[in-house]
Amino acid sequence: MSVTEHAGASGDDAPVLEISGLRLSYYTRAGEIPAVMDFDLTVRKGESVGLVGESGCGKSTVANGIMRYMGRNGGIVGGSIRFKGRDMSEFSEEEIRRIRGRDIAMIYQEPMASLNPSMTIARQLTEVPMVHEGVSEEEARRRAREMLEAVHIPDPNRLMASYPHQVSGGQQQRVVIAMALLSRPALLLLDEPTTALDVTVEAGIVELIAELSKEAGTSLLYISHNLGLMLEVCDRICVMYSGEVVEEGHIDSIFSWPKHPYTHGLFGCIPLPHADKNARPLVAIPGQLPLPHQRPTGCYFGPRCSFFEPGRCDGDLVAMESVHTDDDPAHRVRCLRWNEIDHDAAVRVEETREPVSVGETVLEVDNMRKYYEVRETSLAALVSRGSPRQVKANEQISFRAGEGETVAIVGESGCGKSTFAKVLMGLETATEGEVRLDGTDLGSIPVKQRTPEQLASLQMVFQNPNDTLNPSHSVGAQIARVIRRFGIESEPARVQQQVFRLLDTVKLPRDFASRKPRQLSGGQKQRIGIARAFAGNPKTVIADEPISALDVSVAAAVTELLMDIQREHRTTLLFISHDLSAVRYLSDRVVVMYLGQIMERGSTEEVFAPPYHPYTEALLSAVPIADPEVEKRRIVLEGNLPSPLDPPKGCPFSTRCPRRLGSICDTDPPPVQMNADRHAIACHIPLEELRLVEPVITIPERDALPAGEGATG
Amino acid sequence: MLNLVLRRLGTMVLIMLVVALLLFLINEGDPRLIARSVLGPYAQDEQLDAWIMQHGYDRSLFVRYFEWISRVLTGDLGDSIIYKRPVNEIFWDRLGNTAILAGVTFLVMVVVALVLGVLAGMKEGSTQDRVISVFSIATTSVPEYASAVILAGVFVYWLAVLPGTSSMTGGFSVVELILPVLVLTLYGFGYIARMTRASMAEVMTTPYIRTAVLKGLPYRHIIMKHALRNALIAPFTVIMLQINWLLSGVVVTEFAFGYKGFGALLLEAALRRDIFLIEACGLAAVFVAVFTQTVGDLGYTYLNPRIRFK
Repeated sequence: MSVTEHAGASGDDAPVLEISGLRLSYYTRAGEIPAVMDFDLTVRKGESVGLVGESGCGKSTVANGIMRYMGRNGGIVGGSIRFKGRDMSEFSEEEIRRIRGRDIAMIYQEPMASLNPSMTIARQLTEVPMVHEGVSEEEARRRAREMLEAVHIPDPNRLMASYPHQVSGGQQQRVVIAMALLSRPALLLLDEPTTALDVTVEAGIVELIAELSKEAGTSLLYISHNLGLMLEVCDRICVMYSGEVVEEGHIDSIFSWPKHPYTHGLFGCIPLPHADKNARPLVAIPGQLPLPHQRPTGCYFGPRCSFFEPGRCDGDLVAMESVHTDDDPAHRVRCLRWNEIDHDAAVRVEETREPVSVGETVLEVDNMRKYYEVRETSLAALVSRGSPRQVKANEQISFRAGEGETVAIVGESGCGKSTFAKVLMGLETATEGEVRLDGTDLGSIPVKQRTPEQLASLQMVFQNPNDTLNPSHSVGAQIARVIRRFGIESEPARVQQQVFRLLDTVKLPRDFASRKPRQLSGGQKQRIGIARAFAGNPKTVIADEPISALDVSVAAAVTELLMDIQREHRTTLLFISHDLSAVRYLSDRVVVMYLGQIMERGSTEEVFAPPYHPYTEALLSAVPIADPEVEKRRIVLEGNLPSPLDPPKGCPFSTRCPRRLGSICDTDPPPVQMNADRHAIACHIPLEELRLVEPVITIPERDALPAGEGATG
Repeated sequence: MLNLVLRRLGTMVLIMLVVALLLFLINEGDPRLIARSVLGPYAQDEQLDAWIMQHGYDRSLFVRYFEWISRVLTGDLGDSIIYKRPVNEIFWDRLGNTAILAGVTFLVMVVVALVLGVLAGMKEGSTQDRVISVFSIATTSVPEYASAVILAGVFVYWLAVLPGTSSMTGGFSVVELILPVLVLTLYGFGYIARMTRASMAEVMTTPYIRTAVLKGLPYRHIIMKHALRNALIAPFTVIMLQINWLLSGVVVTEFAFGYKGFGALLLEAALRRDIFLIEACGLAAVFVAVFTQTVGDLGYTYLNPRIRFK
């Protein structure tokens, strides 16, 4: 990363945005909720600054505060926001309106939701210059078309006539970016701009934003919880905790020498390439983020900090202090003990674990196919009575999973991984092939015809814990119901005992049994989801993106919990995920899927090292890694995922493959080549050639130190 | 879209045929009852049998149903028992009168309801919102017969500015239309206004309205161009349901003001078992219901591009 120079060199430039001592509050029936406290930030021209922190830390509130979009019950309580030297608090509503969208623009998390569903994209784009600059409609259309070309939209005219729902998620986000950049703003706020997108799409969007902002000298304020992404896109970052910045500085300095225990804790939570589930497990930050009106005295992080010193850390409010490193004079931290703490020594006390030995094969999937019929509803189709079209959601899926083994299924959205889970669970039946659990073929038995034992032996942990728990029943009752249904226990007292035992297993207090889901945090709800899945002592558990909706520190805790339970019960875990960092960390074997087909499968080490399938290679390259030491080759995939209704005839990946050989890839299905005993790659390129490919990720050798500490200045 | 229109129209015809069958079975299922209502309570059994034979009511239900349907399709609605005249001569006039009352009410009601609903919903929780909400709940809670009496008391007896009856004996009169329209509007607009308010309030909290605000668009522009169309999708169905209510639900109001409309006719026919008149009124009411729902569905599809361009 050499982005630090130009920001420093342009010191004579006046800052675009200067926030000092900002305090933002919401007013509710419970009184004033101080969401952001004493916030300072300076963004210079062309600079890219990141704001990281977990949900509820106030990072989005800062963005809304800058835009003065706080709703009816929120407002600026103190401090100032200066934009190009002018104090924004003096602006009238009308002045603010003229700044929004013209001088400061914003890009949002959910592109689909942030575009108006009933207006064409053309109208949503053209109104920006028409309102702000009063240009004619033709001129506005011309600019919109140019901007769409600039964001690499292949057919701008067609796109402009479309409605948002008619284009893919990646294209929607490009439209949102085009909309934000149409009036060449001086400052762009990006609130989790790629969180809702697939990793391969994310890589393209991130590159695009960097390219366009560099061209126009736009300053960027990135808001994200994704530290890996921050490392790729930012010059400087601010780490926020409970409404205040706890550490800020140049990206390299923060990532290499994090000083605040919270920043440190965050790095311990994310599965970096050299983390290992047995030798170097993730360490979750204990406790929870305090509510804004229940903050402790002194350091807000105090109650969760392992370096807490009573009488000192819980005294007065802690001020930001400069950490004078040679590289970064601007590195500041809000900790009284920053120069006393020896993180190297402290981290070493963590426990290591015995690897789980993989037992006999429990789950065997053999040439499983799942096709859906799509009925045409047009009159012409009804008349012609042609054969219905088929969506090949799963094609020739084969793999085995042993007792106690973790098998990850990875791929972008639409790759068929959820269909596969549905077939396993019996929500769909396989069109062909077998899914054997302990020798019984379950692929053709729908869930309603499965015996309680079969149901109990194959359970699922779902992605979004908020939607999967019934809001009107207590969590204890929901777990108890499962216990009775599976015939584990029927006598009320013993059922209750089982509920308590399960709560113990997922490390929740027993009195949680009487709570309703709304009284639980996201991580606690997911623990209940896990308790429910493990109620019947399942042989196999499918975890469908179990941590992707959770904050990093919560995700780390849930990941570790899941693996502890797995270790204890010797459960086979099918981990469905798009997050390759998590996959690398916790799985033993990996299955890479694309458009319903397996592209590559093998042990985690085999899949994450050459020879790669070209798709695996691209996926690996797209994942942001929060470690400045790790070097990565960049491969950005072009184009969109083909429609599963009309997949390419030959290799499904041929339309986007950077290593496409030629017409053979378009016409012939790729042969499955065996690199090792159970390492298969479906590709036309000969293995010898694939073996010559350089690794995508290069992890520097070092003596097993955690993020950032290996290197010495 | 054309596809959808054709299919919806096909469904509509099917529903009409089925409902017509039910209507027919209830009214003409038992030939003796028809004979009784035509010939009166003092007719002898032999007379009834003779009437049944004479008018072909001894044939099977199926034959009679298709015969009836084909007569209706050619425009012959039969003869009214009480008026001793073809139903056609009375029916269309009355339907026309109600169409005038319903049409005027509909226009006034929809405009008032949408404006108030949008005003309330665009600033949820504001004083403006609360005043409108309380007002619309209050007026909707007062039944028509009560508001008809109250309004007549105020405008006819106390202020003496409006006529108390609306029989239109001296030809069409706008003044006579005011009170019935007012009563119907007050009762009916609350539903649409509440629905519009809820829908508008929901739209105002969506991320795409935030996008519009943060694009720096003027507030008016945001409401008119971005919010309104999305906010009107949900109330549209309710609005179409109201047309149905305006035709068959105006019985009370028409009766209260002596308005010679469809509702009053239906009431009269039902009370005196005037079979063919009941059938004609029933068919008309069902037709309006099915037709407005079809238009409602098509309009919903048109308004919502997410359905239109799947």
